[in-house]
Formats: sequence, C-alpha cells, structure tokens
Amino acid sequence: MPALTRKEVEEIALLARLHLGEDELARMETELGAILEHFSSIAAVSTEGVAPMTHAVPIECPLRSDDVVTWTDAEQGLAGAPKREGDLIVVPAVIGGGE
Amino acid sequence: MTELAELLELWEPVIGLEVHVQLATRSKAFSPAGVVFGAPPNSLVDPTVLGLPGSLPVFNQAALALALKLGVATGSQIRAKSRFARKHYFYPDQPKNYQISQYDEPLCENGHLDVIIGGAVKRIKLTRIHLEEDAGKLTHVGAMSHVDLNRSGVPLVEVVSAPELTSSEEAAEFMRSLHRLVRWLEISEADMEKGQLRCDANVSVRLRGEDRLGTRTELKNINSFRFVQNAIDHEIARQLRLIDGGGRVERETRLWDADAGQSAPMRSKEEANDYRYFPDPDLPVLVVDGPTMGGILRAQPELPAARFQRYQEDIGLSADDARTMIGERALAEYFDATCKAHGMLKSGRTIANWILTELLGALNKAGKGIAESPMPPERLAALVRLVEDGTISGKIGKEVFEEAFAKGEEPGAIVERRGVQQISDEATLAAVVEEVVAASPKQTAEYQGGKDSLFGYFVGQVMKKTQGRANPVITTDLLKKRLGR
Repeated sequence: MPALTRKEVEEIALLARLHLGEDELARMETELGAILEHFSSIAAVSTEGVAPMTHAVPIECPLRSDDVVTWTDAEQGLAGAPKREGDLIVVPAVIGGGE
Repeated sequence: MTELAELLELWEPVIGLEVHVQLATRSKAFSPAGVVFGAPPNSLVDPTVLGLPGSLPVFNQAALALALKLGVATGSQIRAKSRFARKHYFYPDQPKNYQISQYDEPLCENGHLDVIIGGAVKRIKLTRIHLEEDAGKLTHVGAMSHVDLNRSGVPLVEVVSAPELTSSEEAAEFMRSLHRLVRWLEISEADMEKGQLRCDANVSVRLRGEDRLGTRTELKNINSFRFVQNAIDHEIARQLRLIDGGGRVERETRLWDADAGQSAPMRSKEEANDYRYFPDPDLPVLVVDGPTMGGILRAQPELPAARFQRYQEDIGLSADDARTMIGERALAEYFDATCKAHGMLKSGRTIANWILTELLGALNKAGKGIAESPMPPERLAALVRLVEDGTISGKIGKEVFEEAFAKGEEPGAIVERRGVQQISDEATLAAVVEEVVAASPKQTAEYQGGKDSLFGYFVGQVMKKTQGRANPVITTDLLKKRLGR
C-alpha cells in the first residue's frame, strides 16, 4: 500500500473543511499513512464468495408509523445556533451550494 | 452564424431529468416532527432533524409505502433489500452535514414513465427511483442567509429518467405526466409553488445518428412546467452556438434564472462532487416483504396513461378531451361512473361532452371541484338518456341540467314537474305547423318564392308555440312537406 501523498492529505482536509498548517499536514501525512497501512492488512484476508456487509448485526431497518410528535424543547435545540433573527437561523451567505 | 433550426437538423438534443417529489406524509422521513407547509420557521424540528448528538433516525413506514406505490406504477424492479447511504456535503441547509439518501442499492430501478405527447404515449425509461430526505430552505439576504429547517427531513423520492427525451417539449410533458401520476396515486400534492415537485435537467447535444452522448450540463432550479421548457430550450441553443463557434461544452452545473430568462454557471466549489457516499451505519438494510408488495399491487388503480388510451380507442374521445378527462383522477372516475350508469359504450362521447362543457362549466362557476359535484354520475347518465331517447330536446336538456345541478333533483322528476317533454307526435306537431303557416301568409309566399333564409322563421314559430318542446327533426320534416320545398 503506497503511503499517503501530501496532495491527498490536502484534499481530505479540504473535504473535512479543516485548515491545516504546514507542520500539521506533515504530521497527518505520517499518521493517516500509518492508519491506512494498518487497515491494509485486512486486504490480505480472502473475501471470495463473502457478501459485503455494512452492518455488524443482521437486523432489518425498523419502521415507525407516520405519527407526529411535537418536540417541546425546540427552543433549546435552536439555542445552539450562533446567530438568530426571530425564528430564523442566520448564517453567512454561501451561494451556489447545497442540493 | 448558422441558424438554430439548421443546427438542430444536424444535432440532436438529449435530455434526462431528475425530479424530486415530496411524499405526502404527516411526519418526517426519519423522525416524528410534523410536515406542514407554511408553518412558523424552525417549528418542525427535533433532535434528529437538527442532527443533535445521540439522535437516531427511524424510517417512516408511510414514506416507504408511497415510494413503493410509485415504483409499482412505473413498472420498476423493486429491491427486496435496499440501503440508505450518507451523502456528505457542508451547507447550512442540512445541520448534520450529510443527507440520508440511497446510492448503489436504491429502492427502485429500471422502471418507465408513460409520457403523454400529443395523442400518443411515449414510454421513457426511468433509471431509478430512490428515497432521500429533503434539506432545509435558505433565503439569501445580502451577505447573510436565513435558514429554515422545517423542510429538512421531509421524505422525498428522486425520480431519475434515462437520457431519452429529445426536446424541451418532451421534457415538459414528462414533468406533466409525472406530476399527474403522483397526484393520481396520492403520493404527493406535487404543488410546484410549494416546492413539492422540483426538477433538474441534464442537457447535452450529439450529432444525429451518433450513439455516444455529448458532454452534459446540469440545469438546476427549473421548478415550473414553463421554466423546464424555457430553460432547456435556452441551454440547447447555448450549447449549439458554442459548438458552432468552434467551442466546447464544459461539464458544469448551471442555475436557471427565470426572471432573466437565462442560466449562469454556479460557482464551482472545489471537490464539491466528492460526496463520500457510504452506507448509513444508523440505518440497517431496508426490507420490502411480500405482503407489503401484494397490498400495493392489489390497490393499484388504472393509471392515467392507460385511461388516456382507452378513452381514445374504446370511446372515441379526441386526444384533447381524453387529456382533459385524465387531468384529475376524480374527473376520470366520474366519467367512468357515468358511462357505467348509462350502460352504452357508444354514448361515451356524448357523456364526455356533457361533463366537459356543462358539468365542468357549472362546477367552475360554483367554485367547486368534481369531488363536490352536486350532480352524481347516475343523475347525469339519466339526463343524457332523456335527451338520447327523445324525451326532451338537447336545449331543454341543458335547462334541466342547470336545475338538477342547482337543486339536486332527479332529471326525470324535473321533466315531469315542468312538463317539458319533447313533442314528437306527428299529428300534434302537424297541427302546430298548420297554425303557424296560416298565421304567416306573407312569409309563406316569400319562402315559396325562393327566400330560403325564412325557413328558420317557421321553425322558430313552432318552437315558440310549443315552448321549445317540438322535436326539431320532425318539425323540420313537417314544415318542408307543408311548405312544399
């Protein structure tokens, strides 16, 4: 398994919206590389004929009935927003993103 | 510069649509917060919607049932086991920084939508229909944005068509057909003004005869039937001009500005397309069992495209009338119920005329929908029969209709009470004709002298004397005989 390149570390940092300094980038390159290397040992195990598994416990998705429950602590939940205007949360404009 | 029409002879537009449809549930996809349009901002939230630590999503059974209805109605392959995935992006419309969606194992694949184009039905392949949650709504105000998370977590299906549409008209008809279908199946209100049905389009052009697809652009924010058509037309023209000028289409996302009537590239966000999908560890595999599928299959009504064809082929309605009749499921069902109560297939067109002109007109005037019609199908069928068997004339029929509509009375009873039965007895009518001719010596002489236009005068006189009850066919016959021309 090739070690992580500096460029890959920078890309991952960007995706995670982390601003890393030069020394941090260097440290991450080594540390993330070591983690990846550790996990690469899994690749040595033969998985032929084994279906991919995404959950450790084989359970089905539980379903809930379509009933409304009003949360009484909404105000408390929204209190964590850095800035508000009336009922609305206010954030710096980021045009052109989202779905 | 080459004319656009000339370029279109060489180049073929290829369009694929991605349509988001909100599912009409009472509560959200993964938590019991309510779904209400127009509620006070941020009132429909809970720990799951806000992505607070410790909250866990539990999927809404009703959302699954609605999505399955659409899957079945589009002939899709439905996965017995599908999977939820996290789609990661950072944007304030989704506080947990990912959207729960489906990725490599969607609920439905390889279906089709029957799109009504003109008088025909064109079957467009649907690549997939997957479940996901809606994001919150951002309103940009200067340098700041206002966030309302009421929409966040509302269940959606994303319907993805194959790139098989070849014009903006076809794309708009695809939207109309999908809109009609989801309303028909009561999957969604699909009110576009409320954002309950939203559309993105992938547009490319290729030389006619070429199999490979050209580079596509994605148009976002085309949320009305008209915008779909305008935005796509505009994009096809932009791409053709670009190519004609020696340029190349870049793969990009463009935002449609309906007010300006043009699109502009969205600011490209570096790496923005790396959504790092992975299976959501909070949501185990979604299982659809046999009994659930059986229930949905059994409950499926006759679909609009099938009715559209049946109305044309079996009943002989024009394409326009058939399209109007399937505009709403309740209207189509009213029509079918009236035909059934009447019993004669060949009267379908007559019945359709009564519904489309008299009934819809009266309902419109009264500000009522077809479901609130004070005239039940059986009563309309009875009225149509009274006209067909000659008991009353078509003109009187309209009066009886109005009275039956206003008072909720049986047409037969109205005819009896008002004594407006048509007079078809020849002897009775001959006597009236005799009277009219005797009273109009001048007109008789002129008519017999060649003034054909006077014939209407005689018919009018007979109608006047019989309060409009004279059978017009017999009256015409008798008058012609009596006047000798």
